[in-house]
Amino acid sequence: MKFRSVFDIIGPVMVGPSSSHTAGAARIGRVARTLFGRQPEWAEIRLYGSFAETYKGHGTDVAIVGGLLDYDTDDERIRTAFEEAEQVGLKFEFITESDEPEHPNTAKVRIGDAKGEMELTGISIGGGKMEVTELNGFTLRLTGHYPALLIVHHDRPGVIASVANALAADGINIAHMECGRKEKGEMALMVIEVDQIITDSMIRLITDLDNVTQVSILAD
Amino acid sequence: MDILFSTVKELVGLAEESGRPISELMIEQEMQITKRSREEVVAQMERNLEVMEEAVEKGLKGVSSTSGLTGGDAVLIQNYIKSGKSLSGDLLLDAVSKAVATNEVNAAMGMICATPTAGAAGIVPGTLFAVKNKLNPTREQMINFLFTSGAFGFVVANNASISGAAGGCQAETGSAASMAAAAIVEMAGGTPQQSADAFSIVMKNMLGLVCDPVAGLVEVPCVKRNAMGAAKALVGADMALAGVKSVIPTDEVIEAMHRIGRSMPSALRETAKGGLAATPTGKRLEAEIFGKKAEESVVD
Repeated sequence: MKFRSVFDIIGPVMVGPSSSHTAGAARIGRVARTLFGRQPEWAEIRLYGSFAETYKGHGTDVAIVGGLLDYDTDDERIRTAFEEAEQVGLKFEFITESDEPEHPNTAKVRIGDAKGEMELTGISIGGGKMEVTELNGFTLRLTGHYPALLIVHHDRPGVIASVANALAADGINIAHMECGRKEKGEMALMVIEVDQIITDSMIRLITDLDNVTQVSILAD
Repeated sequence: MDILFSTVKELVGLAEESGRPISELMIEQEMQITKRSREEVVAQMERNLEVMEEAVEKGLKGVSSTSGLTGGDAVLIQNYIKSGKSLSGDLLLDAVSKAVATNEVNAAMGMICATPTAGAAGIVPGTLFAVKNKLNPTREQMINFLFTSGAFGFVVANNASISGAAGGCQAETGSAASMAAAAIVEMAGGTPQQSADAFSIVMKNMLGLVCDPVAGLVEVPCVKRNAMGAAKALVGADMALAGVKSVIPTDEVIEAMHRIGRSMPSALRETAKGGLAATPTGKRLEAEIFGKKAEESVVD
């Protein structure tokens, strides 16, 4: 079941005009912002497919920048996100690509500041829903049928078990799970698809675990 | 997963067995899935209702989109109703104007509630606020209208599609109009089966509708498809309340919509490459809005 909640159907409350090109785009930007963990100083955003063709008319650009400023889909500041970005010192650039993407609504977001950078690819799948398909070179293979969590953590023994235990204690069943890391002992990540809806309290619970650095919803 | 229903047959069967309205079953399922209290779930829907009300009010004062393609038609229709000359009926035109109002606000980057998408966001609120003047529902009944719409939309989204890029406009305004018809029936005192019949009658008349937005924008013809979607929802609801039944069961109508969507060429699924988007005027508008040379934007 791709759609679980009645509010996937009656909702989201959003700034128009398009659930896929505006709301979904804002959510991609916001996930990038959440995973980065702080306000980035610069952003390079590549748009593919229908995003590249029609982004101006749909406000896809202001929506993504709004997301990078941590605005939700129903934040009216999305309309003036460019001005707000200037005020907080976020420099951004949009590049339209002609490569044929796998999904028609694809955005590749590279953000950073003096301390580091991050790259994320997101797709907007309709009705305001989105999925992250790539993070810092890791391809995230989601089945797309379940809500999914991304957990970035230090590569230490027991982290995976503690996350699995925390989910189990909350009555959450894991449907599919992938773990990956770049180098032993460095940054690692987990992608977990679950049977239940992901709640804010679940995210807080996992964020508080030892060695977990960031938690974000990859697919809702 | 604690899903109570995944087909319309299950939904209607459950409502008939338990003697509870469809809206009530949707609320219960939502509580089970999200592990939230009834108050929380209802409060979130009430917030959606408020957003819908504000969008209609704003649109009826007159708005204009960034591209300049749409805006102001809701006001024209309201003025026409006031002239007393309407042929199709004041309630029906009121629904049409309020659906248009919502979509005009959406096109102008205003705040709306996607039902089930932003492009089809006018139909459910448009019909709700028009029917409200005749049926005088309580606030709770208005919120229930949205839960009933959502219950049918939930089945469509999971068994077919609510995305224009996947299934054409039939999946967006088609779903919205059918959902609205089912909810109107419940509010007017019809049975769960009559809601399902209203849904089917409307959806059968939306089948095959393509998604061909000019310049890829959610404006032309989207705003007017919301207008007609609202009109069909009201007529379909009236037919079902009169006792007219759908020969093809609702789940089979939904399955047909899904199959038709899958066989639609991609030019007619939100790519702005076919249909009205590919007309000479559609192409000229696209070139003007995005500053492209007309030759470059010609695609076929």
